[in-house]
Amino acid sequence: MPPLTSRRIAVSIGLLLAALAAAIAVCSSLGSSGYTLLDLLPPGPASGGPGSAAGQGDAATAAAMILRVRLPRILLAAITGAALGAAGAVFQAILRNPLADPYILGVSGGAALGAFAVTALGLQALVPWLPLREAASFTGAVATVAFIFLLSRVGGRIASYPMLLIGVVTNTIYLSLILFIQTVVEATRLEGVRMWLVGNVPIEGYGLIGFLALLLLAGLLALATLGRDLNLLSAGEDAARSLGVSVETARGIGLLLASLLTAAVVSVTGPIGFVGLIVPHAARLVFGPDHRLLLPASALTGAIFLTLADTAARTVMAPTELPVGVITALCGGPFFLWLYRAQGGGRYFE
Amino acid sequence: MSETRPADAAAGGPLLEARHLGFSHPGAAAPLFTDLSLRLAPGEMAGIIGPNGSGKTTLLRILGGLLAPDRGGVSLAGRPVRALRPRARARLLALVPQESQVLFNFSVIEVVLMGRSPHLGLLGLERPRDFAAARDALREMDLEGLEDRPLRGLSSGERQRALIARALAQEPRLILLDEPTAFLDLKHRLQIHEILARLNGRDGLTVVSVSHDLNLAALYFSRLVLLHRGGIAADGPPAEVLTAERVRQVYETEARIERDPETGAPFLLPRAPRRG
Repeated sequence: MPPLTSRRIAVSIGLLLAALAAAIAVCSSLGSSGYTLLDLLPPGPASGGPGSAAGQGDAATAAAMILRVRLPRILLAAITGAALGAAGAVFQAILRNPLADPYILGVSGGAALGAFAVTALGLQALVPWLPLREAASFTGAVATVAFIFLLSRVGGRIASYPMLLIGVVTNTIYLSLILFIQTVVEATRLEGVRMWLVGNVPIEGYGLIGFLALLLLAGLLALATLGRDLNLLSAGEDAARSLGVSVETARGIGLLLASLLTAAVVSVTGPIGFVGLIVPHAARLVFGPDHRLLLPASALTGAIFLTLADTAARTVMAPTELPVGVITALCGGPFFLWLYRAQGGGRYFE
Repeated sequence: MSETRPADAAAGGPLLEARHLGFSHPGAAAPLFTDLSLRLAPGEMAGIIGPNGSGKTTLLRILGGLLAPDRGGVSLAGRPVRALRPRARARLLALVPQESQVLFNFSVIEVVLMGRSPHLGLLGLERPRDFAAARDALREMDLEGLEDRPLRGLSSGERQRALIARALAQEPRLILLDEPTAFLDLKHRLQIHEILARLNGRDGLTVVSVSHDLNLAALYFSRLVLLHRGGIAADGPPAEVLTAERVRQVYETEARIERDPETGAPFLLPRAPRRG
């Protein structure tokens, strides 16, 4: 890639924003009830006459369907995709490993285990008015990050490769614990969390969506200050240090922000795999590896990808809904394998 | 050793000075350095040599402020190097580490522009001034025309030159290199040493390089620092440092030392250990 210019940043982000707006518009017009955004427009003079009363009723139903059912879900999918995409780009640069992402590191698994444990113990049923399941999954994700941090510290420094290994093993332990809970707890009790194993975008109120959007924006703005440090970290730890990066500080801040972003969204959606892994790679192919552009580009690409994936999840087998994690894995896995082969048989990943 | 260089004191003291360094690797049985002192005057071209495990890389990292010694300290341009803000340090001193794995498909120009980072603000993009510095560095390292190629697609000689170009783009007063020619063939070893000698001679850039190639080090460096057993075994012009006696002691190798009839530089002919 030629070096980054402010023009390239502006054009790239402008195009991505336009694509996201288009994706949201199209996806809010897709659904089993058949309403489209056009049904929201006031009926023109041509459609007056005997049918106009029915037309009014239709517009009200369409508005309810689109604004209360589809749009909240689309916005939550976009926010989740953005958080996971940006977090994946940060994890990959800081851990210096193209395989790093919040799912593989066990951050998402910690969220799922938290939600499972609370539901299995019947705690959520005891206090239904508290968002206990969300709180437990947030705690699970944050506790996992803290745990991985502590275990991978060698002589006061975070060692990247051990961190990935420890994350993979932790994630496997979580999956076993979830299977264990599934085996010993009656199936009816776990009805509400079954979808959590693979990730699912629920319909939430605009209050929560607004809160998550603010959190995402704050996280992305804070991460924007790390763009150049992440470039230098990609060039190696000593190289970064000799080029003036306070490596420990930059790593700590980056991992913390990426983990908090992940925890915030997976506590609502459950662990959605492959978004954090493939979105940064896809964005890198198009926009180049410079993190000053790659971070916002990964966030927006993730938003577009998960919006489309979630719409596919609720429409391809309608009225049956698939968990969105199934779609992301079925798109993401083959893409990753293609990328691996296409980039010189894995040279890109060495 | 500093006594032999009175001219430097007149020029305003050493550029880099290590005083009474003590260092042990965590968990190591014996300390690596016990009491190591070293002064480098502006404009010197010094090679650090020594057998495996003598601490060449560790010394370079301590000198560069990347690693804190257990005892003693390093000052850069009169100030403690560990007290300098990392970015301020990076404007004075560049280090070319041995591990040179750059992740992802960064292009040559992107990698060289990374050298401008210590000169940029928190959110700033590179300015024309930074592009000029990067292009100068590319020209200096004979990499013109390769700007937009991915670093991974280069040959090892070109890649090493790109990483040195990144260090030059920092516009430092001092450059530290850790075995810059370790994996290169003879032609590329000579090429990189020629460039370093030119930068040193023409621009007065202070060069300190770790080297395993004693003959090349003797040919290009006016000063050799020989590390052995926790300290400096010898320090001075190559002809004084490289003696058959010292090579026997430090490298445990029998060798004959000859002189290049053209340059007068010493060169070393190792003898195969006697069999049987």
